[in-house]
Amino acid sequence: MFLLRRDLLLALRNRAEYAMPLLFFVLVITLFPLALGAAPELLARIAPGVIWVAALLAAMLSLDSIFRSDFDDGSLEQILLSAHPVAVLVLAKVCAHWLVTGLPLLLVAPLLAEMLGMPAAAQPTLLLTILLGTPILSLIGAIGVALTVGLRKGGIILSLLVLPLYVPVLIFAASATENAATGFDSSAQIYMLLAFLFLSTSLSPWATAAALRMSVS
Amino acid sequence: MYSTVLLQTCNLSCMRNDRLLFEHLEIELAAGQMLVVEGPNGCGKTSLLRILTGLRLADGGEVRWRGEPIDRLAGDYFEQVNYVGHHDGVKHELSCLENLRLARAMGVPSKRDLDDVLDQVNLYAYGETEVGSLSAGQKRRLALARLLVVDALMWILDEPFTSLDKASMALFSGLFEQHLQQQGVIVMTSHHDISLPTQSLQRLQMGGAA
Repeated sequence: MFLLRRDLLLALRNRAEYAMPLLFFVLVITLFPLALGAAPELLARIAPGVIWVAALLAAMLSLDSIFRSDFDDGSLEQILLSAHPVAVLVLAKVCAHWLVTGLPLLLVAPLLAEMLGMPAAAQPTLLLTILLGTPILSLIGAIGVALTVGLRKGGIILSLLVLPLYVPVLIFAASATENAATGFDSSAQIYMLLAFLFLSTSLSPWATAAALRMSVS
Repeated sequence: MYSTVLLQTCNLSCMRNDRLLFEHLEIELAAGQMLVVEGPNGCGKTSLLRILTGLRLADGGEVRWRGEPIDRLAGDYFEQVNYVGHHDGVKHELSCLENLRLARAMGVPSKRDLDDVLDQVNLYAYGETEVGSLSAGQKRRLALARLLVVDALMWILDEPFTSLDKASMALFSGLFEQHLQQQGVIVMTSHHDISLPTQSLQRLQMGGAA
């Protein structure tokens, strides 16, 4: 809990840095209509895919910040040497990361969906997939960052490691929204995302903790 | 006498980049004793300290705390250890008090008041100041203040006196002495020649081959 509070406080003091992913998300999506010209039908059709690809890239952009600064100033060693289980502390940090980077995406998504002309019926589904999907991105990403934080230029390896694991989330989330937009049932995909979320919540903190130990030693 | 031996290493060895830093290292520290590790740069002092904290795995041998290997104790061992490394491990965006509050929450809280602790390390006036604007020596003092806000028996300190002035060095030497009197254990590296209580002092000279 205290670590969650600390990370939120840190985010508040470094607002500019943490606003980057959100800005990126909004910019990418606003550029699409400009590039594709006035074709409302086309935009509405590709909207789920565009929003989700942008969300995924925005999440990747922000990943490094989960552990980077802690690694650089030695706080990470203190976290690993804490009297509390590291996995719980990792979960707190990932929670903070999601609140700072995932939640804002959720808040601006309706606006962007409206802008792309997505059918109103599909918007609740879109929000639901973002609500379920972005925490998965943070949780999986945390493992990747933990593995690469000790490397000086881990950025490329991080994306190679993490992207394949993000693909299932992308497929199910985009197809759920697509289904909802065309009036089909999308509960199967939603359940799948839910299953991913539970799986990653229960496994990722342990894997991340183990990876952090390796990176620090 | 044997029952008071807290920290013990057996046949400890460490490799780094295919280079043997040390092997067959035997250390035995009882309550109230202090070990000063000395040696030239790059001889493995920091590696040894990190192995003792459990952050780094030894390439051979084991570290025991009260007779139990530390990898088996895990959390129970970390509760007893307080490590101040090369990096201060303080957050520059937070104030001194916020940093100490966090440090306290991470371990077993001691009974000392946070304001008193800041006062003790002469940072009382900087309680609400962001750490980023403090000097290197002040940051170091804050990092060392972490030792006082949690109750840990073993202090592991990597060059604690870096960038400290003479007065602060004397101050912390006094605190170390106090900790030893309370049956604590200290392992530290230092290039500085400082007056430390000699009766409980062990010295380990490393890196003969370097």
